[in-house]
Amino acid sequence: MAQVVVVTSGKGGVGKTTSSAAFATGLAQAGKKTVVIDFDVGLRNLDLIMGVERRVVFDIVNVISGEAKLNQALIRDKRVDTLSILPASQTRDKDALTKEGVATIIEELSKDFDFILCDSPAGIEKGAMLALYFADQAVVVTNPEVSSVRDSDRILGVLQSKSKRAEEKKDPVKEHLLVTRYDPARVERGEMLKLEDVQDILRIPLLGVIPESESVLKASNTGNPVILDGESQAGQAYKDAVARFLGEDRPMRFIEAEKRGFFSRLFGGRAA
Amino acid sequence: MSWLSFFRGKQEEVPPTASAAKERLQIVLAHERISRKGEDFLPKLQKEIVELIAKHVAIEAERVNVSLERGGDMSTLAIAVEIPGPEPARRAS
Ligand SMILES: Nc1ncnc2c1ncn2[C@@H]1O[C@H](COP(=O)(O)OP(=O)(O)O)[C@@H](O)[C@H]1O
Ligand SMILES: [Mg+2]
Repeated sequence: MAQVVVVTSGKGGVGKTTSSAAFATGLAQAGKKTVVIDFDVGLRNLDLIMGVERRVVFDIVNVISGEAKLNQALIRDKRVDTLSILPASQTRDKDALTKEGVATIIEELSKDFDFILCDSPAGIEKGAMLALYFADQAVVVTNPEVSSVRDSDRILGVLQSKSKRAEEKKDPVKEHLLVTRYDPARVERGEMLKLEDVQDILRIPLLGVIPESESVLKASNTGNPVILDGESQAGQAYKDAVARFLGEDRPMRFIEAEKRGFFSRLFGGRAA
Repeated sequence: MSWLSFFRGKQEEVPPTASAAKERLQIVLAHERISRKGEDFLPKLQKEIVELIAKHVAIEAERVNVSLERGGDMSTLAIAVEIPGPEPARRAS
């Protein structure tokens, strides 16, 4: 049986799609058969971040409405062969997604994959609800910023009351905190919530901290998930997080501000 | 950045605001978590108090002032109702 993992946050623009792409790629690199589903119907973007936008023929809505078979809609990644992508529809709206339709897709994918990652849209409307409904585990993506933390707390409440596991009174969805866009220098100056503050408030196990990094934009420009950029701090931080997700014990990195020497201050060098 | 602060390796001092963020979050989330469980009695209390007063005196909605301040250790619910006085005496003409 596959593990269904939702990448969620409540708030938009915090790094769900970036994290979904990185996690899916990382899990597949670790040899796990992985599929990542874009639930953001109407605002498809995972295809771009994964670099498969030109290979999209069918999407999740086509599969649900019976216009295409699931394996026709799945896109096999060319970099990691254990990875597939199921894109969202760009032309339809969220109402085209149905609980029964999604259930059928997940059931079918469960036969062939180890991990089914669900990239949730923002909000707590239908698309977001369906993305999290079937989850066994949740990666809650949070920025160190008041509205993001509040929305994450809200989403945790939803996971605990509205997910399939909650409704069927099974073991609760396993929750993981992924803090992204963390800027240790701003934290040090007292301008940004500390990691400990976010943990203190949300009280769920920490899976990883992804630093604010220019390499994320570079990665999305070229359609290569940032985890493939082994040079970048964000890429390395995602690698660590995936390893922890698979049970490895790794220390947190990139959570302290770099001590900048005279010359780097003089020339304004920035973190990769 | 001044030359001096450049050599000290420090940015201009900005008052740290992260601690305010944490405090505000802790308070608002404590309340939201309770109301999520449907246990936030304050709105209900407010409604019932106003209804009770309305049973005894005719009050107009715009003459009721309600303020609620949710705090960490203590919340205050203040309800001010303007109750109409006795009919003003008619002036002799
Ligand atoms: N660690 C990071 N450092 C810098 N920029 C980031 C980081 N994570 C995400 N971003 C940027 O933030 C924006 C929103 O990210 P995205 O993954 O699309 O968020 P969401 O899916 O939650 O809406 C994008 O422009 C992305 O490049
Ligand atoms: Mg997204």
